[in-house]
Amino acid sequence: MSIASALSVRPMLLSVAAVLCALMVMPATAVIETYEFSSPELERRYHQLSQELRCPKCQNQNIADSNAPISQDLRQLLYTRLEEGADNDEILADMVARYGEFVRYRPAARGAALWLWLAPLVLLIVGAALLLVLLRRGREAPEAVNPDELARLDALLVGSAEAAGPSEDSRP
Amino acid sequence: MIPELGHFALIIALGMSLLLAVVPLWGSWAGNFAAMRTAPSLAIGVCVFCGISFACLATSFLQDDFSVRVVASNSNSLLPPVYKFSAVWGNHEGSLLLWVLILSFWLAAVATFSRGLPTVMLARVLAVMGAIAVGFLSFSLFTSNPFARLLPGVPSDGNDLNPLLQDPGLIIHPPLLYMGYVGFSVAFAFAVAALLGGRLDAAWARWSRPWTNVAWAFLSLGIMLGSWWAYYELGWGGWWFWDPVENASFMPWLAGTALVHSLAVTEKRGLFKSWTVLLAIFAFSLSLLGTFLVRSGVLTSVHAFAADPARGLFILVFLAIVVGGSLTLYALRAPAVRSRIAFSVLSRETLLLVNNVVFLVATLTVLFGTLFPLLMDALGQGKYSVGPPYFNAVFVPLMALLVPFMGIGPISRWRDDSHHRWLSRLAIPGFIVGVLAIALPFTAAQGFNVWVALAVLLAGWIVAGLAADFRERWARSASFPRALARQTPSYWGMVLAHTGFAAVIVGTVATSQYSVERDLRMEPGDSETLAGYSFHFDETLRVRGPNYLADAARFSVSRDQQEVATLVAEKRRYLATGSVMTEAAIDGGLFRDLYVAMGEPVGDDGAWAIRLHYKPMVRWMWLGALMMGCGGLLTIFDRRYRRQRVAQESVTTHGAPA
Amino acid sequence: MAPRLKLFLPLGLFALLAALLFRGLSLDPQALPSALVDRPLPEFSLPRLADGETLVRGDLVGKPMLLNVWATWCISCRVEHPYLQRLADGGINIYGINYKDDSNAARAWLEELGDPYLGSVVDAAGSLGLDLGVYGAPETYFIDADGVVRYRHVGVIDERIWTTRLAPIYAELSAGSDS
Repeated sequence: MSIASALSVRPMLLSVAAVLCALMVMPATAVIETYEFSSPELERRYHQLSQELRCPKCQNQNIADSNAPISQDLRQLLYTRLEEGADNDEILADMVARYGEFVRYRPAARGAALWLWLAPLVLLIVGAALLLVLLRRGREAPEAVNPDELARLDALLVGSAEAAGPSEDSRP
Repeated sequence: MIPELGHFALIIALGMSLLLAVVPLWGSWAGNFAAMRTAPSLAIGVCVFCGISFACLATSFLQDDFSVRVVASNSNSLLPPVYKFSAVWGNHEGSLLLWVLILSFWLAAVATFSRGLPTVMLARVLAVMGAIAVGFLSFSLFTSNPFARLLPGVPSDGNDLNPLLQDPGLIIHPPLLYMGYVGFSVAFAFAVAALLGGRLDAAWARWSRPWTNVAWAFLSLGIMLGSWWAYYELGWGGWWFWDPVENASFMPWLAGTALVHSLAVTEKRGLFKSWTVLLAIFAFSLSLLGTFLVRSGVLTSVHAFAADPARGLFILVFLAIVVGGSLTLYALRAPAVRSRIAFSVLSRETLLLVNNVVFLVATLTVLFGTLFPLLMDALGQGKYSVGPPYFNAVFVPLMALLVPFMGIGPISRWRDDSHHRWLSRLAIPGFIVGVLAIALPFTAAQGFNVWVALAVLLAGWIVAGLAADFRERWARSASFPRALARQTPSYWGMVLAHTGFAAVIVGTVATSQYSVERDLRMEPGDSETLAGYSFHFDETLRVRGPNYLADAARFSVSRDQQEVATLVAEKRRYLATGSVMTEAAIDGGLFRDLYVAMGEPVGDDGAWAIRLHYKPMVRWMWLGALMMGCGGLLTIFDRRYRRQRVAQESVTTHGAPA
Repeated sequence: MAPRLKLFLPLGLFALLAALLFRGLSLDPQALPSALVDRPLPEFSLPRLADGETLVRGDLVGKPMLLNVWATWCISCRVEHPYLQRLADGGINIYGINYKDDSNAARAWLEELGDPYLGSVVDAAGSLGLDLGVYGAPETYFIDADGVVRYRHVGVIDERIWTTRLAPIYAELSAGSDS
């Protein structure tokens, strides 16, 4: 269901891209894929999966947005597999078998990529722990000097800038 | 002649920034005030010469001087003049010159508006920024000279600017973005100067706060424009792709958001000083990292400039010096003593800490996700891709986690607050928001949606907190107008920015959940109904632009027999390069956008592949971001920052310090 | 002492990051190794370009070979063609996959420029290409005597690339089949 070709131009400023494209000039065929889905649910899954699969040849595009011939093929394959009744995991496994983990924009949470999924959680736990330490410290600190410090600050900023200059700090 | 002049001006700018990096710093170390006082003049000098250099490059573009390499590769005689001008930064070399120019603007601005600062402090701040200028000017001159000539063999015409960049949005997007990126160098310079002086106090926070707010505001606006541009120009209605280059601009924004809030605590309460300094270093480091990612080619991106490992190495070395140096300084000089200022668990300090934790976790998550493919490749684990499904899955919950605290923020008190107080202020507004969150989604054409309900709940909660806070302020004033008039610009800035954030939440979720998109084969005379709007394909037209030819499709859109809009989508073929571009036609509105884009012709009977979109509330996102940016800018009009100017006047009347 | 040391933590983390970025400069993010490496060549049943006879996987495997993806619309394939001819003349087994092409044009092409292939499989719909994970042309798969894919080269093969990078890989294919 993707009007691939002209709808999918993204900035390709990378010189490498130019070289790659030169390698793979395809004849300009009319690109419209009026896939007829047997159910709206399949159409929804088609849209979702085509946005989660990366075009192996392009710079950084999913197969839904890319006009590369390989993306057309992958969309066709995706459509066929969906209509055959394959579930999402099977389809993704198919794609990974052909193009490697690279094609998945949502890496499977296994092996090294498990870390990718754990990272936010680990960071959040570390952050929360840090927060607790700081809160305890804040509660235990004796209230001190604060009003004075603010008064000194105002004096520094308003009245006596010229005095503050040299006294801000003497040379180390 | 003009390019040589520009080149020469750039060399002079480098010389002056070298002096700026060395002389005032030596002065501050030796106690030599004459040396320190050279800083503002040198800073303005750097700005003048960068300006001359930039003007020379722009002149070369406007005069079609194709003997200059970047002009020949990025411009064309047919290009409209305004795009010839914006073509200056539509390439690596020119955009780097823009980076340098904007850095010099910030230098001149600090030199001009911070005369009230103690001389030593100002000298150090400007010297640190001067050192950054040295790095970028050398980068420009030694690896990416924009004035390099193509001699002999001057082409008769240029290659043209990438048609995607021939757009009004792209004229102002990079300058705004760079204003933000580079603006964090000011906060960074203040932090490093404070570390050099060995004194991190609330004064330092108050000085650097307005600068940080402005930089953050520009970055917000820059990111917003980029996203908007992607939406209307790239032709498939997307607005954020989590591409490495987009993340490169988003990470400093996230860290900057944390910094803006932590500076508030440091200024008002003198707390978390060393943390705030670290954040200031972190935010600018992420700006530099972004530059590295965009220009080195270590990650695959759709937006990257020409990849060149030599340039990458240069930036990496510079990054190592700047970030490594400042972090070393931090390790040596940051106060290791524990803060002795008390605050209770229920206090504004705690809420702002939560903000910092969440934004920092978000920043590091985006950083880790962006670099993950590189990490795996470096460790020999194979090739991975990390894209929108991952980032959305981890980022959205993080932001949702933030909002409950964000609602309480405005009504909370420093130091010690009570949950009774929070409950009494927020219970009723909270209840109303809860009801609205369930009721409002039912009014949408597509019916109730749980995610939209949740978004309304979160956004409403933010607004409820702001409203409860204002009610309290109102109660303290004689009348409503008095209450409005009495509030400070910082307060209104905060209100605007937080409301903007709420709008972004609603816009993002509503448009992701309720959008309808259809790809069709249509010929003139056909009609299609989408979310209650009837799109009628009237006719195809031939259009001739200044440097392109186009096929156009005219649609009239109606709803309930009422004419709503006429949309003309184009498919352009640019004459210079032959590249084909889709120009989507959009009828924008506060509550919905209608979007038509043209694909390929289908068959011989005049039919076209047409994409139709119905996007509800998509503008709330950019409107929200605009509000956030304006909020940030508003804060600098606060009286307490103007006091610096009072101080400045006293300096001029009493003569310079020392 | 401990609090002071703690302040060095950001510096340490940055050093790790910088090391990673430095390593990144010498990596190619575009290079994508084939997912089929060390896995058997997929089954297929497609016509032979020369006479339309059906070819299956078993007809090809048995000795070390190169499987070259080519097409007449592929400009780089024309660049590569003379060198493939030289390799074939030098006794290297090369099979072709005529990828998404017009068979008549393809036959005329081989007629005109010479045929380095022991046989070319017609993959008009690109189905074998999909199973192989082809993402453009030219691409060349290195397949050992057991029919296992050992390497995939993307882009033109020329003298320099062959002698520096590919010849040793081909030699290994043969060595493996001898043992």
